[in-house]
Amino acid sequence: MKYAKRNDGRKFNETRPITAEVGVIKNAVGSAKFQIGKTIAIAAVYGPNNVFPKFLQKPDRAILRCNYNMMAFSGSGDRVRPGTNRRGKEIGMVIEKAFENILDLSEFPKAAIDVFIELPQTDAGTRCAGICAASLALADAGFEMKDLVCAISCGLVGDQVVADLDYSEEAFEGGSVDIPIAMTPRNGEITLLQLDGEISKEDLKKAVEFGKEACLKIYEIQKQVLKAKYEETKQ
Amino acid sequence: MSKLVVVEKQIVVPGEILAEGMDFLPGKGTFREGENIIASRLGLVNASGRVVQIVPLAGKYLPKRDDTIIGVVKDMSYSSWFVDVGYPYEGSLSMKDATAEFIERGASLSDYFAVGDVIITKVANVTKEGNIDLTMKAPGLRKLNGGRVIEITPFKIPRVVGKQGSMIGLIKDKTGCTLFAGQNGRIWIRGSSPEAEKLATDAIYLIAEKAHTSGLTERVGEFLEKNKLENQK
Amino acid sequence: MIVSKEYMESIIDQNKRIDGRKFDEYRKIEVEYGISPKSAEGSARVKIGDTEVLAGIKMELGTPFSDKPDEGSIMVNVELIPMASSLFESGPPSINAIELARVTDRGIRESKALDFKKLCVREGEKVWLVFIDIYPINADGNLFDACYMAALAAIKDANFPVLEGDKINYKEKGKEKLPLTKMPISCTVWMIGEKFLVDPTQEEELASDARLSIVILENGKICAMQKGGSMALRAEEIFKMIDIAEEKTKEIRRYFK
Repeated sequence: MKYAKRNDGRKFNETRPITAEVGVIKNAVGSAKFQIGKTIAIAAVYGPNNVFPKFLQKPDRAILRCNYNMMAFSGSGDRVRPGTNRRGKEIGMVIEKAFENILDLSEFPKAAIDVFIELPQTDAGTRCAGICAASLALADAGFEMKDLVCAISCGLVGDQVVADLDYSEEAFEGGSVDIPIAMTPRNGEITLLQLDGEISKEDLKKAVEFGKEACLKIYEIQKQVLKAKYEETKQ
Repeated sequence: MSKLVVVEKQIVVPGEILAEGMDFLPGKGTFREGENIIASRLGLVNASGRVVQIVPLAGKYLPKRDDTIIGVVKDMSYSSWFVDVGYPYEGSLSMKDATAEFIERGASLSDYFAVGDVIITKVANVTKEGNIDLTMKAPGLRKLNGGRVIEITPFKIPRVVGKQGSMIGLIKDKTGCTLFAGQNGRIWIRGSSPEAEKLATDAIYLIAEKAHTSGLTERVGEFLEKNKLENQK
Repeated sequence: MIVSKEYMESIIDQNKRIDGRKFDEYRKIEVEYGISPKSAEGSARVKIGDTEVLAGIKMELGTPFSDKPDEGSIMVNVELIPMASSLFESGPPSINAIELARVTDRGIRESKALDFKKLCVREGEKVWLVFIDIYPINADGNLFDACYMAALAAIKDANFPVLEGDKINYKEKGKEKLPLTKMPISCTVWMIGEKFLVDPTQEEELASDARLSIVILENGKICAMQKGGSMALRAEEIFKMIDIAEEKTKEIRRYFK
């Protein structure tokens, strides 16, 4: 089905408005809030913590544990039942993988770094917003990283490749394909990629291009807010 | 040709390119990728000679041998105490390193240090697996009575202490508090009143927040003077 | 901050507090409405000092209890998520989370602040169930008052969803407010040693021996209480705590005008 014009009037490669802030959770070692359109993600980093049971410990580095959670009132439809669910667990795991090769946790053998991602409001693209927030929170906490990680969901709405689908686009009656992508901005390495739907190789290529473009835009915002925390007070 | 693409004291985030070319060497908080040197953590650029490094703005404590730190006794066995030092795994203080006194076999260890006690202690050894041995056998190491312990990132402890202890001396002088700054980022404060301790606490948080700025001593001096006057009113 | 209980008591004993406040002084309170307007029927953020709590409302249609065929109901849930404090763990609700939820529930339910009869859609068949989900995101003491305030603010912010037959139409936002007819305000008074204080920080909470949460209506009537902590309280102490709560709830009420 034809998708000639986006519901909210955006260009096809244009993301929704983005705002971000670091240091939002005082008790955490590092924290951040990342909002894209109406999707809001908060990430808090705690640790290094000790790890039980012991067989989960790595002798030469800390492990990363990511916890993704939608608040009960954050969904577009019915209330989300609190507690763990399969979807949340899987998303937590793919987010861990998105950072595993980027973070250097060899300073903290046997320990664990915990990242908690909470979503008070969602309008699609939640795992990507979560990754953007987590990346800021980990940098804010001062951990060693090869790069920041940026993420955006791209895909197909009807016949049109777009960047940053919102919920109405995901639910487009002519069908949609959702492709969350996480990327390191310096080298363009892809650390998370998922896809559900049906898409041609050409369209996928275009979607990844849109993703790259959007990630570079997100990167500029991430850089700016991390520095702003210190520059504001510099005078 | 090699060149530095950032300036001294610039704030950088992980992943930013700092220098291009093989004439520069990667220091702490950086790594080499191809011909480039890249920042691996949030901090300030420090390029001295050919070495480019990052002075971190945030981060957690990593125990090093000979660090003098503040610990909290968490548990004890027959022959040693387990001490929280702000690292994921507790440090261990054995009987023989705890006191010059002879402790008799089977004596109750809590007569010396009880659970909850706050101590100034020293890292005697640390293995690469993260096992930490502590000692109390050096001047100044002791149990701390009363007061409060606050925590900041250990990277900012040198600014809290200042050159030859000038900054911490200033706070002691203006608040009348006794202070000790541990290298694990914990600072013990004890004063004659909660207000004095609060003032010293706020001054230290101010230092931690502005540690990367210049004119810090003047700023802290002004802060202490201004708030002291308000207290006297 | 690490402070021993003995040292905390010695400071309190001098009629002082570790952060310089008076015993009956709250930290800065901030209430923000509509923090999740797209997804929740009502939502709010409450900050008391460094303690920060989010709350949101979702509503479902359900069948009424057989003894109350014309009344809807509320469901209060508090999640002590590990984001808020290194003292919280993932997993099923701890007893602390359950107590917070139940005390909040009681204050709203027993005061009849929310008119349950107006939550009835069809007597004996369909009523509204109001889910109030509360998430502290940074815990630095006094979660009792903060969770309660966040719940109340979220209800105040909430509208009925739009019904299409017996289904909720989530594409539209309702305009009719929830029937919040009274403003029961909660104040928790804490005892450390011999002294009473309000709005403890995390450190003060850990050093306290007893607490009493009191929910008071605008007309001065008390509509819910909960004593916590292991120390026993004498009746005259309880009335002294109520006197303090009476004064403080007058102040807090201003934030809900």
